[in-house]
Amino acid sequence: MYDMKALYEAESVDHALALMQEHPDALVMAGGSDVLIKMREGKLAGREFVSIYMLDEMRGITLTKDGTIRIGSLTSFSHVIRSEIVQQHIPVLAEAISMIGGPQVRNIGTIGGNTCNGVTSADSGATLMALDAEVELRGPEGTRVIPLQKFYIKPGVVDIKRGELQMALLIKKEGYEGYTGHFIKYAMRDAMDIATLGCSVNVRLSEDKQTIEDCRVAFGVAGPVPMRLPSAEEVVRGASISDDLMHAFAEATEADVNPRTSWRAKKEFRLHLIKTMAERALRACITKAGGTI
Amino acid sequence: MAPQHKLVSFTLNGKPTQKMIDVRASLSDMLRNDYSMHSVKEGCEVGECGACTVLIDGETFNSCIYLAVWVEGKDVVTTEGLTGEDGTLSDIQQSFVDEFAVQCGYCTPGFIISAEALLRENKRYTRDELRKMMAGNLCRCTGYENIINAVEKTMEERLEAKAKG
Ligand code: FES
Ligand code: FES
Repeated sequence: MYDMKALYEAESVDHALALMQEHPDALVMAGGSDVLIKMREGKLAGREFVSIYMLDEMRGITLTKDGTIRIGSLTSFSHVIRSEIVQQHIPVLAEAISMIGGPQVRNIGTIGGNTCNGVTSADSGATLMALDAEVELRGPEGTRVIPLQKFYIKPGVVDIKRGELQMALLIKKEGYEGYTGHFIKYAMRDAMDIATLGCSVNVRLSEDKQTIEDCRVAFGVAGPVPMRLPSAEEVVRGASISDDLMHAFAEATEADVNPRTSWRAKKEFRLHLIKTMAERALRACITKAGGTI
Repeated sequence: MAPQHKLVSFTLNGKPTQKMIDVRASLSDMLRNDYSMHSVKEGCEVGECGACTVLIDGETFNSCIYLAVWVEGKDVVTTEGLTGEDGTLSDIQQSFVDEFAVQCGYCTPGFIISAEALLRENKRYTRDELRKMMAGNLCRCTGYENIINAVEKTMEERLEAKAKG
Protein backbone atom coordinates (compact mmCIF):
# COMPACT_ATOMS: atom_id res chain seq x y z
CA MET A 1 0.00 0.00 0.00
CA TYR A 2 1.20 3.44 -0.82
CA ASP A 3 0.92 6.00 1.91
CA MET A 4 -1.31 8.56 0.24
CA LYS A 5 -4.18 10.52 1.68
CA ALA A 6 -6.29 10.36 -1.45
CA LEU A 7 -6.09 9.61 -5.14
CA TYR A 8 -8.25 11.46 -7.64
CA GLU A 9 -8.30 9.76 -11.02
CA ALA A 10 -8.83 12.22 -13.85
CA GLU A 11 -11.12 11.12 -16.66
CA SER A 12 -10.33 13.93 -19.10
CA VAL A 13 -7.97 16.87 -19.27
CA ASP A 14 -10.78 19.23 -18.22
CA HIS A 15 -11.61 16.93 -15.33
CA ALA A 16 -7.94 16.93 -14.30
CA LEU A 17 -7.84 20.74 -14.33
CA ALA A 18 -11.07 20.84 -12.27
CA LEU A 19 -9.68 18.32 -9.77
CA MET A 20 -6.54 20.43 -9.41
CA GLN A 21 -8.71 23.48 -8.61
CA GLU A 22 -10.76 21.52 -6.14
CA HIS A 23 -7.73 20.05 -4.38
CA PRO A 24 -5.06 22.75 -4.57
CA ASP A 25 -2.63 20.81 -2.38
CA ALA A 26 -2.75 17.68 -4.52
CA LEU A 27 0.29 16.71 -6.56
CA VAL A 28 0.00 15.55 -10.15
CA MET A 29 1.02 11.98 -10.92
CA ALA A 30 1.84 10.89 -14.50
CA GLY A 31 3.47 7.42 -14.78
CA GLY A 32 4.35 7.59 -11.09
CA SER A 33 7.80 6.08 -11.48
CA ASP A 34 9.28 9.03 -9.61
CA VAL A 35 6.48 9.93 -7.22
CA LEU A 36 5.66 6.36 -6.15
CA ILE A 37 9.31 5.62 -5.40
CA LYS A 38 9.55 8.76 -3.28
CA MET A 39 6.49 7.56 -1.39
CA ARG A 40 8.22 4.25 -0.65
CA GLU A 41 11.04 6.27 0.88
CA GLY A 42 8.55 8.06 3.10
CA LYS A 43 8.87 11.31 1.18
CA LEU A 44 5.60 12.80 -0.08
CA ALA A 45 3.81 10.49 2.36
CA GLY A 46 0.23 11.30 3.32
CA ARG A 47 -0.31 13.64 0.37
CA GLU A 48 -3.20 13.86 -2.07
CA PHE A 49 -2.67 13.07 -5.75
CA VAL A 50 -4.40 13.78 -9.01
CA SER A 51 -3.55 10.93 -11.36
CA ILE A 52 -3.53 11.77 -15.06
CA TYR A 53 -2.15 8.38 -16.14
CA MET A 54 -5.42 7.19 -17.71
CA LEU A 55 -5.68 10.19 -20.05
CA ASP A 56 -4.94 8.68 -23.45
CA GLU A 57 -5.67 12.05 -25.06
CA MET A 58 -2.30 13.17 -23.65
CA ARG A 59 -0.43 10.34 -25.41
CA GLY A 60 0.95 10.09 -28.92
CA ILE A 61 3.16 11.88 -31.41
CA THR A 62 1.81 13.93 -34.27
CA LEU A 63 3.19 16.06 -37.06
CA THR A 64 1.15 19.26 -37.37
CA LYS A 65 0.52 21.07 -40.67
CA ASP A 66 3.36 23.54 -40.13
CA GLY A 67 5.81 20.68 -39.54
CA THR A 68 5.88 20.89 -35.73
CA ILE A 69 6.42 17.58 -33.97
CA ARG A 70 4.05 17.41 -31.01
CA ILE A 71 4.80 14.82 -28.33
CA GLY A 72 1.97 14.38 -25.84
CA SER A 73 3.34 14.64 -22.31
CA LEU A 74 2.16 11.17 -21.27
CA THR A 75 3.83 9.41 -24.19
CA SER A 76 6.07 6.71 -22.72
CA PHE A 77 9.75 6.63 -23.59
CA SER A 78 9.25 3.34 -25.45
CA HIS A 79 6.58 4.89 -27.63
CA VAL A 80 8.78 7.91 -28.39
CA ILE A 81 11.58 5.54 -29.43
CA ARG A 82 9.28 3.51 -31.68
CA SER A 83 7.52 6.51 -33.26
CA GLU A 84 8.07 6.72 -37.00
CA ILE A 85 7.92 10.51 -36.86
CA VAL A 86 10.72 10.54 -34.30
CA GLN A 87 12.78 7.94 -36.19
CA GLN A 88 12.48 9.91 -39.39
CA HIS A 89 12.96 13.49 -38.21
CA ILE A 90 14.68 13.44 -34.83
CA PRO A 91 16.39 10.04 -34.41
CA VAL A 92 18.75 11.62 -31.89
CA LEU A 93 15.85 11.84 -29.41
CA ALA A 94 15.23 8.11 -29.73
CA GLU A 95 18.97 7.45 -29.26
CA ALA A 96 19.05 9.51 -26.08
CA ILE A 97 15.88 8.08 -24.61
CA SER A 98 16.83 4.47 -25.32
CA MET A 99 19.60 4.95 -22.75
CA ILE A 100 17.16 5.62 -19.93
CA GLY A 101 16.82 2.89 -17.29
CA GLY A 102 15.71 -0.50 -18.59
CA PRO A 103 12.71 -1.65 -20.65
CA GLN A 104 10.22 -1.55 -17.77
CA VAL A 105 11.30 1.97 -16.84
CA ARG A 106 10.98 3.12 -20.45
CA ASN A 107 7.48 1.64 -20.62
CA ILE A 108 6.20 3.54 -17.58
CA GLY A 109 8.31 6.70 -17.71
CA THR A 110 6.77 9.60 -19.61
CA ILE A 111 8.51 12.35 -21.51
CA GLY A 112 6.43 14.96 -19.68
CA GLY A 113 7.20 13.51 -16.26
CA ASN A 114 10.88 13.43 -17.14
CA THR A 115 10.91 17.17 -17.85
CA CYS A 116 8.48 18.19 -15.07
CA ASN A 117 10.73 16.63 -12.41
CA GLY A 118 13.27 19.29 -13.25
CA VAL A 119 16.23 16.97 -12.75
CA THR A 120 19.46 17.79 -14.52
CA SER A 121 20.27 14.14 -15.26
CA ALA A 122 17.08 13.60 -17.28
CA ASP A 123 18.38 11.92 -20.44
CA SER A 124 15.67 13.55 -22.54
CA GLY A 125 16.28 17.09 -21.26
CA ALA A 126 19.54 17.93 -23.01
CA THR A 127 18.42 16.50 -26.34
CA LEU A 128 15.09 18.31 -26.29
CA MET A 129 16.98 21.52 -25.51
CA ALA A 130 19.39 20.96 -28.37
CA LEU A 131 16.30 20.71 -30.59
CA ASP A 132 14.98 24.04 -29.29
CA ALA A 133 11.91 22.27 -27.89
CA GLU A 134 9.01 24.18 -26.40
CA VAL A 135 6.60 23.24 -23.65
CA GLU A 136 2.83 23.52 -24.01
CA LEU A 137 1.02 24.17 -20.74
CA ARG A 138 -2.69 24.33 -20.08
CA GLY A 139 -4.28 25.94 -17.08
CA PRO A 140 -7.49 27.61 -15.99
CA GLU A 141 -6.51 30.70 -18.04
CA GLY A 142 -5.83 28.76 -21.21
CA THR A 143 -2.80 27.48 -23.04
CA ARG A 144 0.69 28.97 -23.11
CA VAL A 145 3.87 27.83 -24.83
CA ILE A 146 7.35 28.55 -23.48
CA PRO A 147 10.85 27.46 -24.51
CA LEU A 148 12.09 24.41 -22.61
CA GLN A 149 15.15 26.42 -21.62
CA LYS A 150 12.93 28.84 -19.69
CA PHE A 151 10.86 25.96 -18.29
CA TYR A 152 13.76 24.69 -16.17
CA ILE A 153 14.21 27.10 -13.26
CA LYS A 154 16.38 25.28 -10.72
CA PRO A 155 16.81 21.69 -9.51
CA GLY A 156 13.37 20.17 -9.03
CA VAL A 157 11.62 23.42 -9.95
CA VAL A 158 10.03 24.09 -13.32
CA ASP A 159 7.80 26.85 -14.59
CA ILE A 160 4.41 25.27 -14.00
CA LYS A 161 1.93 27.58 -12.31
CA ARG A 162 -0.57 26.29 -9.81
CA GLY A 163 -3.40 24.55 -11.61
CA GLU A 164 -1.43 24.06 -14.84
CA LEU A 165 -0.73 20.80 -16.65
CA GLN A 166 2.09 20.17 -19.08
CA MET A 167 0.30 18.98 -22.23
CA ALA A 168 3.03 18.41 -24.77
CA LEU A 169 6.56 19.03 -25.96
CA LEU A 170 6.81 20.78 -29.28
CA ILE A 171 9.68 20.71 -31.73
CA LYS A 172 9.28 23.21 -34.53
CA LYS A 173 10.45 22.56 -38.06
CA GLU A 174 13.21 25.15 -37.60
CA GLY A 175 14.38 23.03 -34.69
CA TYR A 176 15.09 19.89 -36.66
CA GLU A 177 14.93 20.43 -40.43
CA GLY A 178 18.38 20.18 -41.95
CA TYR A 179 19.98 19.33 -38.59
CA THR A 180 21.87 16.20 -37.68
CA GLY A 181 22.11 15.23 -34.04
CA HIS A 182 24.22 13.05 -31.81
CA PHE A 183 23.88 12.11 -28.15
CA ILE A 184 26.50 10.74 -25.77
CA LYS A 185 25.74 9.51 -22.29
CA TYR A 186 28.51 8.97 -19.81
CA ALA A 187 27.54 6.62 -16.99
CA MET A 188 29.10 3.75 -15.06
CA ARG A 189 26.78 1.13 -16.54
CA ASP A 190 25.13 0.69 -19.91
CA ALA A 191 21.63 0.34 -18.44
CA MET A 192 19.71 1.16 -15.29
CA ASP A 193 22.04 4.03 -14.48
CA ILE A 194 21.77 7.77 -14.03
CA ALA A 195 23.99 9.83 -16.30
CA THR A 196 27.19 11.27 -14.89
CA LEU A 197 26.91 13.54 -17.92
CA GLY A 198 24.79 13.66 -21.05
CA CYS A 199 25.70 15.65 -24.15
CA SER A 200 23.50 16.38 -27.13
CA VAL A 201 24.63 18.26 -30.23
CA ASN A 202 22.75 19.29 -33.38
CA VAL A 203 24.45 20.81 -36.39
CA ARG A 204 23.39 22.17 -39.76
CA LEU A 205 26.09 22.19 -42.41
CA SER A 206 26.33 24.37 -45.49
CA GLU A 207 25.48 22.75 -48.80
CA ASP A 208 29.12 22.07 -49.65
CA LYS A 209 29.54 20.54 -46.14
CA GLN A 210 32.53 22.79 -45.43
CA THR A 211 30.93 25.18 -42.98
CA ILE A 212 28.89 24.80 -39.82
CA GLU A 213 25.88 27.03 -40.44
CA ASP A 214 24.36 26.42 -37.05
CA CYS A 215 25.09 24.39 -33.96
CA ARG A 216 23.20 23.75 -30.75
CA VAL A 217 24.81 21.96 -27.87
CA ALA A 218 23.18 21.06 -24.58
CA PHE A 219 24.30 19.13 -21.52
CA GLY A 220 22.62 17.36 -18.65
CA VAL A 221 24.44 17.36 -15.29
CA ALA A 222 26.90 20.07 -16.41
CA GLY A 223 24.98 22.42 -14.13
CA PRO A 224 21.99 22.39 -11.77
CA VAL A 225 19.52 21.93 -14.66
CA PRO A 226 19.99 20.86 -18.30
CA MET A 227 21.61 23.74 -20.16
CA ARG A 228 22.63 25.09 -23.55
CA LEU A 229 26.24 26.18 -24.12
CA PRO A 230 25.99 29.53 -25.94
CA SER A 231 29.71 30.42 -26.00
CA ALA A 232 30.69 27.07 -27.49
CA GLU A 233 27.91 27.37 -30.08
CA GLU A 234 29.11 30.86 -31.01
CA VAL A 235 32.66 29.61 -31.67
CA VAL A 236 31.55 27.21 -34.42
CA ARG A 237 28.57 29.05 -35.89
CA GLY A 238 29.48 30.10 -39.42
CA ALA A 239 33.00 28.70 -39.10
CA SER A 240 34.61 26.37 -41.59
CA ILE A 241 35.25 22.84 -40.39
CA SER A 242 38.75 22.03 -39.22
CA ASP A 243 40.56 20.12 -36.52
CA ASP A 244 41.45 23.37 -34.75
CA LEU A 245 37.83 24.36 -34.71
CA MET A 246 36.96 21.14 -32.90
CA HIS A 247 39.51 21.91 -30.18
CA ALA A 248 38.38 25.52 -29.92
CA PHE A 249 34.82 24.28 -29.49
CA ALA A 250 35.88 21.88 -26.72
CA GLU A 251 37.78 24.63 -24.89
CA ALA A 252 34.91 27.09 -25.19
CA THR A 253 32.52 24.79 -23.32
CA GLU A 254 34.24 25.61 -20.04
CA ALA A 255 32.88 29.15 -19.99
CA ASP A 256 29.29 27.90 -20.09
CA VAL A 257 29.16 25.10 -17.58
CA ASN A 258 29.13 24.76 -13.85
CA PRO A 259 29.43 21.11 -12.86
CA ARG A 260 29.55 20.04 -9.25
CA THR A 261 31.40 17.41 -7.30
CA SER A 262 29.21 14.49 -6.31
CA TRP A 263 29.85 10.87 -5.45
CA ARG A 264 29.53 10.07 -9.15
CA ALA A 265 32.39 12.29 -10.26
CA LYS A 266 34.54 15.23 -9.18
CA LYS A 267 34.13 18.64 -10.75
CA GLU A 268 37.54 18.44 -12.47
CA PHE A 269 36.69 15.08 -14.00
CA ARG A 270 33.33 16.35 -15.20
CA LEU A 271 35.01 19.36 -16.83
CA HIS A 272 37.37 17.04 -18.65
CA LEU A 273 34.42 14.89 -19.74
CA ILE A 274 32.43 17.90 -20.93
CA LYS A 275 35.21 19.00 -23.27
CA THR A 276 35.82 15.49 -24.56
CA MET A 277 32.17 14.61 -25.02
CA ALA A 278 31.27 17.91 -26.67
CA GLU A 279 34.06 17.50 -29.18
CA ARG A 280 33.22 13.86 -29.90
CA ALA A 281 29.54 14.59 -30.32
CA LEU A 282 30.26 17.50 -32.68
CA ARG A 283 32.62 15.34 -34.75
CA ALA A 284 30.01 12.58 -34.90
CA CYS A 285 27.33 15.03 -36.06
CA ILE A 286 29.55 16.40 -38.82
CA THR A 287 30.42 12.91 -40.03
CA LYS A 288 26.77 11.79 -39.91
CA ALA A 289 25.80 14.89 -41.87
CA GLY A 290 28.27 13.97 -44.62
CA GLY A 291 31.05 16.40 -43.75
CA THR A 292 34.73 15.59 -43.23
CA ILE A 293 37.13 17.01 -40.68
CA MET B 1 -9.46 9.96 5.47
CA ALA B 2 -11.33 6.66 5.17
CA PRO B 3 -9.81 4.20 2.70
CA GLN B 4 -11.02 4.82 -0.82
CA HIS B 5 -12.03 1.84 -2.94
CA LYS B 6 -12.70 1.56 -6.61
CA LEU B 7 -14.17 -1.15 -8.82
CA VAL B 8 -11.45 -2.31 -11.21
CA SER B 9 -12.33 -4.40 -14.28
CA PHE B 10 -9.57 -5.95 -16.34
CA THR B 11 -8.38 -9.17 -17.96
CA LEU B 12 -6.02 -11.33 -15.94
CA ASN B 13 -4.29 -14.15 -17.79
CA GLY B 14 -7.00 -14.21 -20.41
CA LYS B 15 -9.99 -14.09 -18.02
CA PRO B 16 -12.10 -10.99 -17.46
CA THR B 17 -12.40 -10.10 -13.78
CA GLN B 18 -13.42 -7.27 -11.48
CA LYS B 19 -12.93 -6.44 -7.83
CA MET B 20 -13.18 -3.56 -5.37
CA ILE B 21 -9.60 -2.38 -4.87
CA ASP B 22 -8.05 0.03 -2.40
CA VAL B 23 -6.79 2.95 -4.51
CA ARG B 24 -3.53 2.97 -2.52
CA ALA B 25 -2.63 -0.56 -3.65
CA SER B 26 0.19 -1.20 -6.08
CA LEU B 27 -0.48 -3.67 -8.86
CA SER B 28 1.88 -6.17 -7.21
CA ASP B 29 -0.11 -5.85 -3.94
CA MET B 30 -3.34 -6.52 -5.78
CA LEU B 31 -2.05 -9.44 -7.86
CA ARG B 32 -0.54 -11.17 -4.83
CA ASN B 33 -3.14 -10.38 -2.16
CA ASP B 34 -6.41 -10.26 -4.08
CA TYR B 35 -5.66 -12.72 -6.89
CA SER B 36 -3.01 -15.03 -5.33
CA MET B 37 -0.67 -14.55 -8.27
CA HIS B 38 2.34 -15.40 -6.14
CA SER B 39 4.74 -15.63 -9.07
CA VAL B 40 4.76 -11.83 -8.96
CA LYS B 41 7.65 -11.22 -6.55
CA GLU B 42 8.27 -8.12 -4.53
CA GLY B 43 11.99 -7.53 -4.29
CA CYS B 44 13.12 -3.91 -4.16
CA GLU B 45 9.66 -2.34 -4.55
CA VAL B 46 11.22 0.71 -6.18
CA GLY B 47 11.44 -0.34 -9.82
CA GLU B 48 15.07 -1.49 -9.83
CA CYS B 49 15.06 -5.31 -9.80
CA GLY B 50 12.25 -6.40 -12.13
CA ALA B 51 11.14 -9.31 -9.89
CA CYS B 52 7.58 -7.96 -10.06
CA THR B 53 7.47 -7.65 -13.88
CA VAL B 54 4.10 -8.32 -15.56
CA LEU B 55 2.79 -7.74 -19.06
CA ILE B 56 0.21 -5.01 -19.47
CA ASP B 57 -1.21 -4.84 -23.00
CA GLY B 58 1.88 -6.73 -24.14
CA GLU B 59 4.48 -4.39 -22.61
CA THR B 60 6.56 -5.07 -19.50
CA PHE B 61 5.91 -3.07 -16.34
CA ASN B 62 7.26 -3.22 -12.80
CA SER B 63 4.01 -3.89 -10.94
CA CYS B 64 5.48 -2.55 -7.68
CA ILE B 65 5.45 1.00 -9.04
CA TYR B 66 2.15 0.83 -10.89
CA LEU B 67 -1.15 1.66 -9.26
CA ALA B 68 -3.58 -1.27 -9.24
CA VAL B 69 -6.47 0.96 -10.37
CA TRP B 70 -4.58 1.80 -13.56
CA VAL B 71 -5.18 -1.67 -15.04
CA GLU B 72 -8.83 -0.73 -15.65
CA GLY B 73 -9.74 -2.07 -19.09
CA LYS B 74 -6.28 -3.52 -19.69
CA ASP B 75 -4.89 -6.98 -20.32
CA VAL B 76 -2.52 -8.28 -17.60
CA VAL B 77 -0.36 -11.40 -17.89
CA THR B 78 1.74 -13.07 -15.17
CA THR B 79 3.72 -16.31 -15.50
CA GLU B 80 0.66 -18.17 -14.17
CA GLY B 81 -0.93 -17.24 -17.49
CA LEU B 82 1.88 -18.82 -19.51
CA THR B 83 1.48 -22.22 -17.87
CA GLY B 84 -1.15 -24.53 -19.37
CA GLU B 85 -4.35 -25.45 -17.45
CA ASP B 86 -2.83 -28.81 -16.54
CA GLY B 87 0.38 -27.23 -15.31
CA THR B 88 2.43 -27.83 -18.49
CA LEU B 89 5.21 -25.31 -18.74
CA SER B 90 5.40 -22.98 -21.71
CA ASP B 91 8.44 -23.14 -24.01
CA ILE B 92 10.29 -20.31 -22.29
CA GLN B 93 9.53 -21.69 -18.83
CA GLN B 94 10.80 -25.14 -19.90
CA SER B 95 13.97 -23.55 -21.35
CA PHE B 96 14.72 -21.93 -18.00
CA VAL B 97 14.55 -25.41 -16.44
CA ASP B 98 16.57 -27.10 -19.18
CA GLU B 99 19.29 -24.46 -19.26
CA PHE B 100 19.65 -24.31 -15.45
CA ALA B 101 18.72 -20.64 -15.59
CA VAL B 102 17.23 -20.84 -12.10
CA GLN B 103 18.98 -20.98 -8.75
CA CYS B 104 17.03 -19.47 -5.87
CA GLY B 105 14.26 -18.65 -8.34
CA TYR B 106 13.23 -15.31 -6.91
CA CYS B 107 14.04 -13.38 -10.07
CA THR B 108 12.76 -16.07 -12.44
CA PRO B 109 9.12 -15.06 -13.05
CA GLY B 110 10.21 -11.50 -13.78
CA PHE B 111 12.86 -12.68 -16.23
CA ILE B 112 10.40 -15.00 -17.93
CA ILE B 113 7.90 -12.18 -18.44
CA SER B 114 10.61 -9.89 -19.88
CA ALA B 115 11.70 -12.74 -22.14
CA GLU B 116 8.13 -13.47 -23.23
CA ALA B 117 7.65 -9.82 -24.23
CA LEU B 118 10.65 -9.83 -26.54
CA LEU B 119 9.98 -13.36 -27.86
CA ARG B 120 6.54 -12.27 -29.02
CA GLU B 121 8.21 -9.90 -31.48
CA ASN B 122 9.45 -12.96 -33.37
CA LYS B 123 12.75 -11.33 -34.26
CA ARG B 124 16.30 -12.58 -34.00
CA TYR B 125 18.44 -10.66 -31.54
CA THR B 126 22.13 -10.98 -30.75
CA ARG B 127 23.18 -11.93 -27.23
CA ASP B 128 24.20 -8.32 -26.62
CA GLU B 129 20.80 -7.11 -27.69
CA LEU B 130 19.14 -9.71 -25.49
CA ARG B 131 21.19 -8.51 -22.55
CA LYS B 132 20.10 -4.94 -23.17
CA MET B 133 16.45 -6.01 -23.49
CA MET B 134 16.67 -7.92 -20.22
CA ALA B 135 18.58 -5.16 -18.41
CA GLY B 136 15.61 -4.27 -16.24
CA ASN B 137 15.84 -7.57 -14.36
CA LEU B 138 18.45 -8.36 -11.73
CA CYS B 139 19.63 -11.80 -10.63
CA ARG B 140 21.99 -12.28 -7.70
CA CYS B 141 22.55 -16.01 -8.26
CA THR B 142 23.04 -17.20 -11.81
CA GLY B 143 25.46 -14.73 -13.36
CA TYR B 144 22.97 -14.29 -16.23
CA GLU B 145 24.77 -16.56 -18.72
CA ASN B 146 22.25 -19.40 -18.45
CA ILE B 147 19.33 -17.00 -18.52
CA ILE B 148 20.52 -15.58 -21.84
CA ASN B 149 21.05 -19.17 -23.07
CA ALA B 150 17.45 -20.03 -22.22
CA VAL B 151 16.06 -16.97 -23.97
CA GLU B 152 18.25 -17.45 -27.01
CA LYS B 153 17.23 -21.12 -27.28
CA THR B 154 13.51 -20.33 -27.17
CA MET B 155 13.98 -17.46 -29.62
CA GLU B 156 15.59 -19.85 -32.12
CA GLU B 157 12.91 -22.49 -31.55
CA ARG B 158 10.11 -20.03 -32.15
CA LEU B 159 11.78 -18.60 -35.26
CA GLU B 160 12.23 -22.11 -36.61
CA ALA B 161 8.62 -23.01 -35.89
CA LYS B 162 7.49 -19.85 -37.63
CA ALA B 163 9.67 -20.52 -40.68
CA LYS B 164 8.09 -23.96 -40.97
CA GLY B 165 4.72 -22.25 -40.74
S1 FES C 1 10.04 -5.34 -6.82
FE1 FES C 1 9.36 -4.21 -8.50
S2 FES C 1 11.18 -3.71 -9.50
FE2 FES C 1 11.90 -4.66 -7.70
S1 FES D 1 18.09 -17.17 -9.35
FE1 FES D 1 18.35 -16.19 -7.46
S2 FES D 1 18.07 -14.10 -7.96
FE2 FES D 1 18.09 -15.05 -9.86
